[in-house]
Amino acid sequence: MTIDAMGPGTHTAHSAPDPATAPHTERAVYIYQAPVRIWHWVNAFSILVLGVTGYLIGSPPPSVGGEAYFSFMFGWIRYLHFAAGYILAIGFLFRIYWAFVGNKHAKQIFLPPVWRGSFWAELLHEMKWYAMIARQPLKYAGHNPLATLVMHVLFIWCMVFMILTGFALYGEGTGMGTWQFDLFSSWIIPLFGQSQDVHTWHHMGLWVIVCFVIVHVYAAIREDIMSRQSIMSSMFSGWRTFRDDKPVADE
Amino acid sequence: MTETFYDVMRRQGITRRSFLKFCSLTAAALGLGPSFAPRIAEAMETKPRIPVLWLHGLECTCCSESFIRSAHPLAKDVILSMISLDYDDTIMAAAGHQAEAIIEETIEKYDGQYILACEGNPPLNQEGMSCIIAGRPYLEQLQHAANHCKAIISWGSCASWGCVQAARPNPTQAVPIHKAPGIPGDKPIIKVPGCPPIAEVMTAVITYLVTFERFPELDRQGRPKMFYSQRIHDKCYRRPHFDAGQFVEQFDDEGAKKGYCLYKVGCKGPTTYNACSTVRWNGGLSFPIQAGHPCIGCSEDGFWDKGSFYDRLTNVNGFGVEADADKIGGTAALVVGAAAAAHAAASAVKRARQKGGDE
Repeated sequence: MTIDAMGPGTHTAHSAPDPATAPHTERAVYIYQAPVRIWHWVNAFSILVLGVTGYLIGSPPPSVGGEAYFSFMFGWIRYLHFAAGYILAIGFLFRIYWAFVGNKHAKQIFLPPVWRGSFWAELLHEMKWYAMIARQPLKYAGHNPLATLVMHVLFIWCMVFMILTGFALYGEGTGMGTWQFDLFSSWIIPLFGQSQDVHTWHHMGLWVIVCFVIVHVYAAIREDIMSRQSIMSSMFSGWRTFRDDKPVADE
Repeated sequence: MTETFYDVMRRQGITRRSFLKFCSLTAAALGLGPSFAPRIAEAMETKPRIPVLWLHGLECTCCSESFIRSAHPLAKDVILSMISLDYDDTIMAAAGHQAEAIIEETIEKYDGQYILACEGNPPLNQEGMSCIIAGRPYLEQLQHAANHCKAIISWGSCASWGCVQAARPNPTQAVPIHKAPGIPGDKPIIKVPGCPPIAEVMTAVITYLVTFERFPELDRQGRPKMFYSQRIHDKCYRRPHFDAGQFVEQFDDEGAKKGYCLYKVGCKGPTTYNACSTVRWNGGLSFPIQAGHPCIGCSEDGFWDKGSFYDRLTNVNGFGVEADADKIGGTAALVVGAAAAAHAAASAVKRARQKGGDE
């Protein structure tokens, strides 16, 4: 399947000549290209592993008995954390690359159009929808403005923060002279003052991500049920389907 | 002519054999190859002693106490003579006006050539009245001496970071040497943090200075890389227990007796850059972790302000109450989760109503 083969927002799955007898009409837009979808789920899995192992690194499980020689329990927890961290970081770099070469929706969470008045007006409407003041939300093929902003601030920048501080802490272990230390630890540790503070703020980042995940999953389920476009299935199939023929706000 | 180090050593009855042993040991301690031992010996034989002014600000004298216990017998006896320690109010014989006169004399005689060793730091509040030396604020003495020195050594965490007197709320506004006003920016500063620093680290830094007439390689924060490039954790002999997941849960448990890792009782080894786990203390006898106590991170910036010494998750300041990352983050996650649940309930009600309306 070629990207945007049908043109965004223009494809009609079925033509409907007679509104009275026609079957239900559904427009579908190809939003999430395969690489974005794969990245989303790899990233989600990495975050799950990172969150659990990261929490355990801060508060280790009960001690293992026996000779130290026979166990590598904490070593494995840390290893999983570092491995998942690499996957997340490489995935994030790939995602940035895809923002350049992918379709226009791939850029959305990187560049919220904050310079546009309409963005803020629609954001306000979306907030009213969530506050249950507005009766209907606007319809979007991509993210709605509120989602775009939350994705940008809580996800993108939190990822950047966690990757930078994460590699700074990792570089402390690999030591001076390694690229991890030279690229990250050498300036990030002094920037925070000392290593302990970097640990603390990296740990705070975990909770920001936990909050993000709660909001993200809740909003996705709610929008899937309450609003007029598909959300959950789109991240599997790539297609956004709509429940009515009203115009799409971001087309 | 000023006496060389070697002259002083011989005068003190140290044999050449002992002298050469000292040079080899110093080369090894500095992480230099065997070929450097003769170079150190040559430097000691030919170079005049460097005059040093050792000034004391707000401090507890633990740096001096550590320094005079430098383990190697020669180090103990000789380093004090190696450098020409012109002024150090703790260990000098002179006192009062006589002692203070020596400062002026050294500054005049060796203008731009002496090393300024700072133990402790200056308070800035109340015009520096919290630390008075010979009737004048220490800050003035420090600025005066710093203006004419060749280089500055910041001994210990006080001079390097601020330490306990600069801990919150820092009523006297004590500042580390490099942040004190009126210190000329062109004077190189070497930080030797620790509360106190390890004796052998202090003497090694001086030996390096004397031998090579320059500072050893420093990291971005101004600490000598040879002693502060690795964490306690990286060379800790209890590290295998850390990797295995064997931790002391309480100080009186079985794990403590078996010498398990002290991470869970708050060891700051993984975040502390120092040489304790390699050089150790009291002549290589032991160090805190070996004695069964977690590292408190005394050579790190602001280690007094990070909450309990016995917690791994340290406090985040600025939230009003003392709380660690898990308390703050966990509360935030709970609030967000509860908000999402409440919103979901409200949404369900709204949807039910709308459906009713549509029919």
